[in-house]
Amino acid sequence: MRTVYLDNNATTQVAPEVTDAMLPFFRDLWGNPSSMHYFGGQVARHVEAAREQVAALLGADPSEIVFTSCGTESDNAAIRGAAEAAGRNVRIITSRVEHPAVLGPCRHLKEQGCDVVEIGVDADGQLNLEELRKALGAGPAVVSLMWANNETGVIFPMETIARMAKEAGGILHTDAVQAVGKIPIDLRGISVDMLSLSGHKLHAPKGIGALFIRRKTKVLPWMLGGHQERGRRAGTENVPYIVGLGRACELAAANIQEKITRVAALRDKLEAGILAACPDTRVNGDRKNRLPNTTNVSFQYIEGEAILYHLSDIGVAASSGSACTSGSLEPSRVIRAMGVPFTAAHGSIRFSLSRYNTEEEIAFVIEHMPAIVNRLRALSPFVK
Amino acid sequence: MWDYTGKVLDHFRNPRNVGEVESPDGIGEVGSLACGDALKLTFKLDKNGRLADVKFKTFGCASAIASSSALTELVKGMTLDEAAQVTNKDIADYLGGLPEQKMHCSVMGREALEAAIARYRTGKTGKKILEGKVICVCFGVTGEEILRVARDNNLTTVEQVTNYTKAGGGCGHCKPDIEAILARVEQERRKAAASRPAPQKMTVLQKIKLIKETIDREIRPLLQKDGGDLELIDVAGDRVVVSFRGMCAGCQVAQFTMKDVVEAKLREFVSSDLVVEEEKQ
Repeated sequence: MRTVYLDNNATTQVAPEVTDAMLPFFRDLWGNPSSMHYFGGQVARHVEAAREQVAALLGADPSEIVFTSCGTESDNAAIRGAAEAAGRNVRIITSRVEHPAVLGPCRHLKEQGCDVVEIGVDADGQLNLEELRKALGAGPAVVSLMWANNETGVIFPMETIARMAKEAGGILHTDAVQAVGKIPIDLRGISVDMLSLSGHKLHAPKGIGALFIRRKTKVLPWMLGGHQERGRRAGTENVPYIVGLGRACELAAANIQEKITRVAALRDKLEAGILAACPDTRVNGDRKNRLPNTTNVSFQYIEGEAILYHLSDIGVAASSGSACTSGSLEPSRVIRAMGVPFTAAHGSIRFSLSRYNTEEEIAFVIEHMPAIVNRLRALSPFVK
Repeated sequence: MWDYTGKVLDHFRNPRNVGEVESPDGIGEVGSLACGDALKLTFKLDKNGRLADVKFKTFGCASAIASSSALTELVKGMTLDEAAQVTNKDIADYLGGLPEQKMHCSVMGREALEAAIARYRTGKTGKKILEGKVICVCFGVTGEEILRVARDNNLTTVEQVTNYTKAGGGCGHCKPDIEAILARVEQERRKAAASRPAPQKMTVLQKIKLIKETIDREIRPLLQKDGGDLELIDVAGDRVVVSFRGMCAGCQVAQFTMKDVVEAKLREFVSSDLVVEEEKQ
């Protein structure tokens, strides 16, 4: 059975070009970039080349890029590092729809005595800017707000947020794990202080990420015991994966137009096809300001996990914000924060595409979706 | 993905007895859209008072659908008295087990059955009959329900109660109340254990024989499944010395197996005073 992979916000296929770029660093160029001998030392320039590739995708300076092990590490390092550098009792401002990698450190800091404010979103999943303005007005703060939401694809107005944070004298971190590589980002024009990204969301492998730290931003180092990454994150560099991330960023920069045109068109086709073929469905989230690859559709009166298992049986990979898929008992925080009605909250399915998806795959899903929905609705006590 | 058994997936993919019985004798409805799962059970009795036709409609995940389907298969042909004895554990066992976090699906099945029987017998509402005070406001779970499920399934932690009844899975404010109920169940258990006749003091030979039997019957089959084995070396008072064989010998997790399996089983079946040690090489 072939797989139709529509879960690219969870992880992506490693691009063949990325694998090719990495392999020499397992086989031949396996030296330590810190070594004084040529065999090791020659590797260092590949690490620096990768740093330039990542920086170029973001409009950053290579010296502002720190390689990490994943997006979660980047988020933790940024939020905890900035809060600790700012001293005790610093205020933290975040949102109710952040990824657990951001909420986790924020809640930890709350337990340590920091004042943590969670900004709400409207029914479209858009950030409540008035609430943010008030929170920023209450004094200096470390602000962590995502660039784009992993579940709905909703894009926050980062330029406006950055301006507001800057005027209030706050430090702004953004979890851009879902945004990088899917929409153009240019940090030369947006005063974000720190930005997290993750390799495996943009066709690099799992186990590599990066944190952009704008020059002069105060962040404590989070890994001690070595000079690597300018002393911020000690430890011998994960050279093959760094090289892979660099190549993936280079590809992302080259393919970004395709993402916002062809991939977006496929996504729109899928969304429209499902809405037309299945009654009592709705799209969750702001459809105007949204990642080009994501759609979050609620199928009313049926439950997400059951839909996923039926999709999986025909080879389609997607994900759900239903309670049952997470092992928790309540539907996803994001869906709840948006106030999606209960009739639809448990039946939300996220389809997230990549440039590897085809017209044929999308047609296949549209063709099979009604049968799955009807099958489950025939079982549902809420459908007469 | 959940580690569902083949039977769960089969009942999910091919649910039995879907629908509503026409002019039913009993109707039971539990759950809601807000809760994330709901079940409507209808049945008709034959002239001998047996469940001739049982049907369900379920809104919920794969294991909720499978549990409902299993329930209908399980109770068909039973008298109401027999059906009233069915526990959530029977439903889970019928399916070859459910993941711990999904046990509430089997509880929902038992609740719907109970509600349907109650409606038939009393003629009153087919909605879930709430007995006693609501403890968990988020999911509408009463103290009676928690008590019953904790007893039926031998539950000891709040987390387990949440997995089985959903209580405590929302805001979490009711967790102290759940603790109190668990303490009551634990007290009942202790009382029951205390009222059991005190075990006769065993002779040394009886004890060794019982240890040997327990190892052969309860422990070795478990280890053999993973290519390992165990041998009894010595018994000195309450000290039991054993030696691992096969894959278990030199296995990194053998020390956990020692405590969690070998010692636990011997304490359960022989004496709670036993201490198990591995033979020193």
